[in-house]
Amino acid sequence: MSATLETTKEITILFAGDSGDGIQLTGTQFTDTNALFGNDLSTFPNFPAEIRAPQGTLAGVSGFQLHFGSIEIFTPGDECDALVVMNVAALKANLKSLKKGGIIIANTDGFDAKNLRLAKVESGVSPLEDGSLSNYKVFPIEVTKLTRECLKDSGLGTKDIDRTKNMFVLGFVLWMFDRNMDHTVDFLKEKFKKKPELVEANTKVLKAGYHYGDTTETATTRFSVDKAEMPKGTYRNMMGNQATALGLIAAARRSGLELFYGSYPITPASDVLHELAKHKNFGVKTFQAEDEIAAVASAIGASFGGALGVTASSGPGIALKGEAIGLALMLELPLVIVNVQRGGPSTGLPTKTEQADLLQAVYGRNGEAPVAVVAAATPADCFNMAFEACRLAVQHMTPVFFLSDGYLANGAEPWKFPTEDELPSFKGNFATPSDLKDGEYLPYERDENLVRKWAIPGTLGLEHRVGGIEKQDGTGNISYDPDNHQHMVNTRAQKVANIAKNVPLQDIELGAKTGKVLVLGWGSTYGAIKAAVKDLTEEGHSVSHAHVRYLFPFPQNFEEVLRSFDTVLIPEMNMGQLRMMIRSEFLIPAVGLNKVKGIPFTKGEIKDKVLELLDQLIK
Amino acid sequence: MAEVLNGAMTAKELETDQEVRWCPGCGDYSILKQVQKVIPELGIKREDIVFISGIGCSSRFPYYMNTYGMHSIHGRAPAVVSGLKSTNPDLSVWMITGDGDALSIGGNHLIHLLRRNFDINVLLFNNQIYGLTKGQYSPTSEEGKHTKSTPMGSLDHPFNPAALCLGADSTFFARSMDRDPVHMRDVLLRASQHKGTSMVEIYQNCNVFNDGAFFGFTDKETKKQQTLFVEHGKPMIFGENNEFGIKLDGFTPVIVNMDSASADDLWIHDEKDRGKANILARFYGNPASEGELPRPFGIFYSEDRACYEDLLVKQVETAKEKFGDGDLNALLRGKNTWTIS
Ligand code: SF4
Repeated sequence: MSATLETTKEITILFAGDSGDGIQLTGTQFTDTNALFGNDLSTFPNFPAEIRAPQGTLAGVSGFQLHFGSIEIFTPGDECDALVVMNVAALKANLKSLKKGGIIIANTDGFDAKNLRLAKVESGVSPLEDGSLSNYKVFPIEVTKLTRECLKDSGLGTKDIDRTKNMFVLGFVLWMFDRNMDHTVDFLKEKFKKKPELVEANTKVLKAGYHYGDTTETATTRFSVDKAEMPKGTYRNMMGNQATALGLIAAARRSGLELFYGSYPITPASDVLHELAKHKNFGVKTFQAEDEIAAVASAIGASFGGALGVTASSGPGIALKGEAIGLALMLELPLVIVNVQRGGPSTGLPTKTEQADLLQAVYGRNGEAPVAVVAAATPADCFNMAFEACRLAVQHMTPVFFLSDGYLANGAEPWKFPTEDELPSFKGNFATPSDLKDGEYLPYERDENLVRKWAIPGTLGLEHRVGGIEKQDGTGNISYDPDNHQHMVNTRAQKVANIAKNVPLQDIELGAKTGKVLVLGWGSTYGAIKAAVKDLTEEGHSVSHAHVRYLFPFPQNFEEVLRSFDTVLIPEMNMGQLRMMIRSEFLIPAVGLNKVKGIPFTKGEIKDKVLELLDQLIK
Repeated sequence: MAEVLNGAMTAKELETDQEVRWCPGCGDYSILKQVQKVIPELGIKREDIVFISGIGCSSRFPYYMNTYGMHSIHGRAPAVVSGLKSTNPDLSVWMITGDGDALSIGGNHLIHLLRRNFDINVLLFNNQIYGLTKGQYSPTSEEGKHTKSTPMGSLDHPFNPAALCLGADSTFFARSMDRDPVHMRDVLLRASQHKGTSMVEIYQNCNVFNDGAFFGFTDKETKKQQTLFVEHGKPMIFGENNEFGIKLDGFTPVIVNMDSASADDLWIHDEKDRGKANILARFYGNPASEGELPRPFGIFYSEDRACYEDLLVKQVETAKEKFGDGDLNALLRGKNTWTIS
């Protein structure tokens, strides 16, 4: 009997197991396969805090959630249709997110007495056997045993054999969701290029998993998701940190500047460094500094020398960079600061996501120190906004923050990538000897946007000194004159405010241009807000979604957009930071929906809040 | 205009229109003067010279040099120069710092700068005090130092900058003093010729908050007794009438009377000998005390080692050879794509 194929519009599947079980790899492979097939999708990897927490424990559970569909997908999914668990701890940690009637694919070898003990199952009885899962479709598979059986003649040791068991699971999942193995086979060939025996072993186990589904009567139903209707074009799958790195490289290329990246390892920003370090053939210079302060200071040195200086970190590292960012502001040099936000304060939740560094970016320095801030909405949008941060920094000779977060950094989505020619080009406004006035060079002479020129060491005649001490406008000489200080503070503020003239106007992402409720988002809340607002508008409610990418200064029409609605709701993964900015800048009584749990919003949470607001408006 | 643009210069042309604001009598003046004298001899174009400093009295230096310059933030100049040199390897970069700036707040950056060996010149003005903040003890102040912040005497054991720098694998270390301009010029010249991080410690008198800290080494009456001027290939001899020598007894330096020893028995200074440079760095007692070794001046150590910026440039070149000049379209496209038509 072969299983029947049921077509469905979307599937949310969560892979979970020990961090040593290859969960991230399995999830990524299944994601790429679906992406190449043509589904729209969104992913959410969830890492344990420890690199290798004790095996089999709840603390060690690593997860990878994928939502794919033939319809437009905005989030990694609120609830799962299928749960793939390698052990009992993984089941225990994730069962609550499985829909009633959902599928559980379980490696029974991870449900033995030892695993029950490690996962603190008090009854000592496996949930696979105690009837507690009767509301779900459970597929227990002896993955470890079957894998060992499959490779018993391979000559590999048990340890190596056991490492391939995720391929068995992947094979089974590919079968169950009607996808072929081609992409994974190619991937294995590439990954184990130098170890043909591992290519063979992994491929064999992959196929065994696939055929296990086909030949045993484990499942009677398979699921198929058609291609998504997406805009025409060529796509690839893209993760946030990778997109950030590519955005920086593209910006350097399109401005003709050398990219210098000073950085210190920190979760979840390090992957940007790793990605950039691979692309030295683009002239990229990466510098792993001795600490966060050196990372930013080296980038400032590079900018002084005419390169595109970029530094990156996460919240704790950004805190250390504060003084140097103030220096860049005083020097009026381009500098891009990437903050891949994570749960705070202090060390906080390093592997979890949060948006609580907005006020730090906008205000977190000594003195009157305005710094422009932009933020990405989705993983692929990191490319656009990292690029934009570079453009604004260079065109306005000033530091610019680019905010990403842990959820964007590790999440993935299909990306209709641009070609080089489609990207804007921009230039540094370099000073030349023709800028000399009576043989003198004025480093702080400004154009109509109050931007000074970039005078690069090595240029004859433009020798000048800059520094962090207050300076006289024009000459740049040290000045303690009270009126000059007021003038310079005003000038720097106006200079940053002028950036608003150089950014796109705020648009409405979804819904009417006026109405009852505007759900205003920034950063990675994009998908959940859009999915919620889509549902609500389809249900006939007067709700719209706007997503602000330029957070300081705001786009010129921003207030007008906000005032076109009776109420503004701002969901944020913080305690109301954008809300505070909106209230103080425009005196608009925006309402907050705030969550700081280290996990993203669900669509449902946002819908509920909007419905509650609509209800109040009627009353 | 023509004069400004010809690139050649005199000491005079290296001065700026900014009033020099150190306290009258400060040792910084002498250092500024010697630097302005030495630089024109180097044959480097003025536009290719950059002075970068941190914070402190000495760190005002860049404002007084008519070159490119940056007065950065406290302790971070080593990181600024690292970024600048990484992207502009051909510039002649001079870093100006003090004992507080380099050894306290910027201590971490300094040691990493030294191990990476960027080709720059570091002038560490050591006055054993915090001048700009008006007189607190510094990381090089002697134990028990009475200052505003240590009315009962400081508890800190001081850093020995020579030992610290050599410990961080510095490829060049030299010591000089504000009151010996000729020696300082020689040392500066050698430092600028060294390819790699040239670390020059300059004893600098802060006549306001720590007057006379180095008088034993600079005053006529005591100088010859308390100092040892080392020169490559020359025996170590000191004293009013060169009556003393230094001999190595195994690894232990001992003072010998030249009446009973010949120059052949003495320690012959070898700049290339790291082990002996480390022994020399440990001549750090108070030479005014009976039996103590004199304080060495001159070039302790000089070694050729690859510079970070050169290796970095080479990696970029190697990557280009191996993978071709970056093709942005190919990078954006990646390996796995699908098309929706
Ligand atoms: S305080 Fe001391 S070091 Fe500073 S300028 Fe005055 S004399 Fe020189």
